[in-house]
Amino acid sequence: MNKKITAIIEWGTLLVSTGLVCFFLIAILWDLISKGAPSLSWQFISTSPTNGMTKGGILPAIIGTILLTLITALVAAPFGICCAIYLNEYAVDNWLTRIIRASIRNLAGVPSIIYGLFGLALFVQGLQMGTSLLAAGLTLGLLSLPYIIITTEEALRRIPNRMREAALAVGATKFESIRDVVLPSAIPGMLTGLVLTLSRAAGETAPILFTGVAFYINKPAGYLNQEFMALPYHLYMLSTQHQAIEQVRPLAYGTALVLIIVVFLLNLSAFYIRYQHSKHE
Amino acid sequence: MKLAIREKTDKAARLIFRMTGLMVIAILAGIFLMLLWNTVAFFLKVRAFDFITGSQWDPSGNPANYGMLPLLMSTTLVTFGAMGIAIPLGIGTASFLSDYAGKKLKSVLKPAIEMLASVPSVAIGFLGIVVLGPGIAGITGQSNGLNALNGAVLLAIMSLPTIITVTQDALEGVPNTYKEASYSVGANRWQTLIQVTIPAAAPGILAAVMLGVGRAIGETMTVLMATGNTSAFPKGFFHSVRTMTATIAIEMGEVPYQTTHYYALFAVAAVLFLMTLLVNIVGEHFVNKYRKYQAS
Repeated sequence: MNKKITAIIEWGTLLVSTGLVCFFLIAILWDLISKGAPSLSWQFISTSPTNGMTKGGILPAIIGTILLTLITALVAAPFGICCAIYLNEYAVDNWLTRIIRASIRNLAGVPSIIYGLFGLALFVQGLQMGTSLLAAGLTLGLLSLPYIIITTEEALRRIPNRMREAALAVGATKFESIRDVVLPSAIPGMLTGLVLTLSRAAGETAPILFTGVAFYINKPAGYLNQEFMALPYHLYMLSTQHQAIEQVRPLAYGTALVLIIVVFLLNLSAFYIRYQHSKHE
Repeated sequence: MKLAIREKTDKAARLIFRMTGLMVIAILAGIFLMLLWNTVAFFLKVRAFDFITGSQWDPSGNPANYGMLPLLMSTTLVTFGAMGIAIPLGIGTASFLSDYAGKKLKSVLKPAIEMLASVPSVAIGFLGIVVLGPGIAGITGQSNGLNALNGAVLLAIMSLPTIITVTQDALEGVPNTYKEASYSVGANRWQTLIQVTIPAAAPGILAAVMLGVGRAIGETMTVLMATGNTSAFPKGFFHSVRTMTATIAIEMGEVPYQTTHYYALFAVAAVLFLMTLLVNIVGEHFVNKYRKYQAS
């Protein structure tokens, strides 16, 4: 009898911790969806804010976030993929390679706000870009770089060596074997990593605080040298800095829900690519 | 001739790939040098000793005070609180996933944890303001619940996915022979978990904790939104605090370029950078130890 009770307590501890973790997720989703859904409408996602942000939609913020994420991808993907190719296909195990790998791991651990400061010092002030969409995109690109390198290298590592050897055996140069054989077969894995990284970048706020994001932009979005609006920053401002915080709470909930939907959609597409790919294997 | 061109392309490609590898080192070095440069500029104006040991952060006061101790203590307090919650929960969940959960349950729980990991920090901070804050205020009777405890709970939620995933990998990496040996001398599942599996996976678990600590120290938006940002010396979990990251986020937008205050924020960032670097190095040490042990 006593043994049974201890067994239940032991089991219970693990079950309760797992249950709590699930509860956190459900509570987050439930609160955002139940209170955010009433604010969602076609008008909310297709118009600009009006009346000092108390009415209207969040279209400029959605466009800003999409453009920012695209720039991030354009900056980080080619760079990250080349670096991953170097590490997996060319690099031998020497001190230089070990330093590169250590740098990547440490870059992945650098707090996002420090990337913001780096972007401010390098792009905004050093390279005279000013606070702009381009400066913020480059900053987020740097932040995403280590994750893209790590995931791409993992995808490359899964390509069996015999495929490389077969290409070399029929006379391809090393570059040709990478371009025509290794990369095409690694694309699904690389894409999964890229999209997951971008979903993280889309939700980042701290790195864009000083590099280009603005609370309200009157002009249409899309100019690289201008400030822009973004969903995460919009949510931050609506929930902490607005003069009528209680009045705009529904708008804040709506913004939060849209942000979560954007991030989850990116995540889902990543999982879909991974799932499709695993079926082929 | 054609072969010569192909070989040239091959050499050029190799060079480009190698350059990008070197660029990664340059970026890390660039971040480090930028912080160092501005920190030195700061220490030319304010004594380093006053910065590190000063207990008052008041850049707009007369005279201005740049003591970073309150910020450092705030960060430490919130991080310790977060780990106090996240470590037991994380190890418990990871143990459940690796030792108890069946395949079906696992295939539901794993994506759920990945989903939790992908919630943006600003959304978690928002829930700290609208859900957790009023909840804490209701219990303690304060006017709002924006304090260190709020930040700690949110940071715990944010670092849980990392801690769970890495701990689970460590637990599952323990060779089955260990567990079988334990079962064969009559230990049950729980005894095996507590006395064999977890100790054997300890280096991996420590690495997981270090990753979680690194994430909690460097997180900006959640603490900025949920901890109330009073720059006084932190008094405890039920008081408002202002971490290093939050201070940078609040003040950087307002300071004029290249003033003492501007440099001071870079100096705070330099300390933050060194802290996360240290945490990462300790974590890596444990990962290596764990790998060595796994290989043997």
